[in-house]
Amino acid sequence: MKGKCWKFGDDVNTDEIIPARYLNVTDAAELGAHCMEGVAPEFAATARAGDIIVADKNFGCGSSREHAPIAIKAAGIQCVVAKSFARIFFRNAINIGLPIVECPEAAGDAATGDLLEVALAQGAITNRTKGKRYSFPPFSSALQAIINAGGLLPYTRRRRGA
Amino acid sequence: MGATITEKILAAHCEGQDVTPGAYVMAKVDFCLGNDITAPIAIEQFEKSGFEEVFDRSRIALVPDHFTPNKDIKTATLCKQLRRFARKHDIEHYWEVGRVGIEHALLPEQGLVGPGDLVVGADSHTCTYGALGAVSTGVGSTDLAACFATGEVWLRSPESMKFTFRGRLPRWVGGKDLILYTIGRIGVDGALYRAMEFCGPVIETLSMDGRLTMCNMAIEAGGMSGIVPPDEVTRDYCEGRLKREARYLRSDEDAKYVETYDWDVSELSPQVAAPFLPSNAAPVEEFKGVEIDQVVIGSCTNGRISDLREAARILEGRTAAPSVRVIVLPATRRIYRQALDEGLIATFIEAEAAVSTPTCGPCLGGHMGVLAAGERALTTTNRNFRGRMGHQTSEVYLCGPAVAAASAVTGRITHPDELEG
Ligand code: SF4
Repeated sequence: MKGKCWKFGDDVNTDEIIPARYLNVTDAAELGAHCMEGVAPEFAATARAGDIIVADKNFGCGSSREHAPIAIKAAGIQCVVAKSFARIFFRNAINIGLPIVECPEAAGDAATGDLLEVALAQGAITNRTKGKRYSFPPFSSALQAIINAGGLLPYTRRRRGA
Repeated sequence: MGATITEKILAAHCEGQDVTPGAYVMAKVDFCLGNDITAPIAIEQFEKSGFEEVFDRSRIALVPDHFTPNKDIKTATLCKQLRRFARKHDIEHYWEVGRVGIEHALLPEQGLVGPGDLVVGADSHTCTYGALGAVSTGVGSTDLAACFATGEVWLRSPESMKFTFRGRLPRWVGGKDLILYTIGRIGVDGALYRAMEFCGPVIETLSMDGRLTMCNMAIEAGGMSGIVPPDEVTRDYCEGRLKREARYLRSDEDAKYVETYDWDVSELSPQVAAPFLPSNAAPVEEFKGVEIDQVVIGSCTNGRISDLREAARILEGRTAAPSVRVIVLPATRRIYRQALDEGLIATFIEAEAAVSTPTCGPCLGGHMGVLAAGERALTTTNRNFRGRMGHQTSEVYLCGPAVAAASAVTGRITHPDELEG
């Protein structure tokens, strides 16, 4: 995965990713059109398919709204890299198949506009702009199984032999 | 080596699996829930994936509490989805407007969750039920969809942190102040992925309402869950109420904690958290004189009967400052009724507050008190993120019911002692 970096700071919360006034919406594309509106109002209009969100610590804190990772995915973001993720955001992303990577060093160095390359299987991030390479540990096998199945529901169906 | 209460409860729901902190487990839940924001997505996912039956119609709650009574056609449609699913699957625990309350006040009150339980809810404040000695945590809509189908959820077994509170609680200081203080000390990710165990002499004397308030905000420190070891207060609360058998567990003496804190809170001031993070907590004195446009008393954090009593005690015989709009939301129908019987509602109305039917409403900037640009609210809710209650430039300060009520009277952030000294 190769993409342009959008850099955010600490504690970006789900109210910023998708404000509550849009929680009466379930349509993914419509959610995507308001992605990150609470922190970067210009984001949804200027982000391009394939871009990568990079943030400092505790990305996605706050509510359990799955609208947040859905909006990010629908905005065309192919991957989120952060120093750390809030717990529910992390599981939501895994469950809906939005690739996320915890890599403090890469997240700390990256700036908006940097060209990043993320190799999930290899556990590697390359910042082409800065000419630096970082590695991150693989997911536990339990999570990898969910990811491999394409998300929690396909995984659940498979487990139940349905 | 000994185990924490959280490890014991998890182990009881993960037969044969390793529940050492950090391990991933597939756990059987006792109960799961969703609301009018999160459950519609879960229902869509459940149906799209071809599931036909729910795992147990008596262990699911669907609570239309966020945007009800419906504020517009879109939210009415979300609730219609909930209603249709509830009827189709004969879901036992579903409430219409008039009977519904805020989920995290309603479920404990109705005896649907209790000690020893493992509960997951598609709402981040599901951690509230830890006050009963349960492991209870927020998940997402897809998690809930899978849980509807199987009654199971994947979890990462959490490390535990122990918070011991000693001394004697000063006047006007309660569960909300303790938890704001705690979050202020450890930060909004200070308990990331962890279980927060609250104990010590102060907690032992804290009412169940105060404990629910504390566990409610574990998520505001990033925690997976908050938990209070069950004791006599727990038994009193659960007796005659709990619909299932309680399992009273406690941590072993030699249980392992990743961090422990031991605080004497005898000198603690009522706490206020400034925008835009709950961790911006400081003694109320530091915000003295900050002018406010709106006061909200309610939510799953502080909309219970003891909260309303505390606010009414200060508002009795007084009126809200002319510049302030005061909104009081009893969290459930039963609490509303009790407040009416005790004369609290009359006190609020005489104080010129608007009293609302139970709803989340303004807490998430949904309806019933949304803020305009530049407005400032002081509220007993749990989040003060940018734009949480309305316009991006509006501000939310968090506090307990006593500070909220005193400030409603003066129109600026006020220590209750100033009025009741
Ligand atoms: S009262 Fe507020 S925090 Fe509690 S469930 Fe409702 S919206 Fe969420």
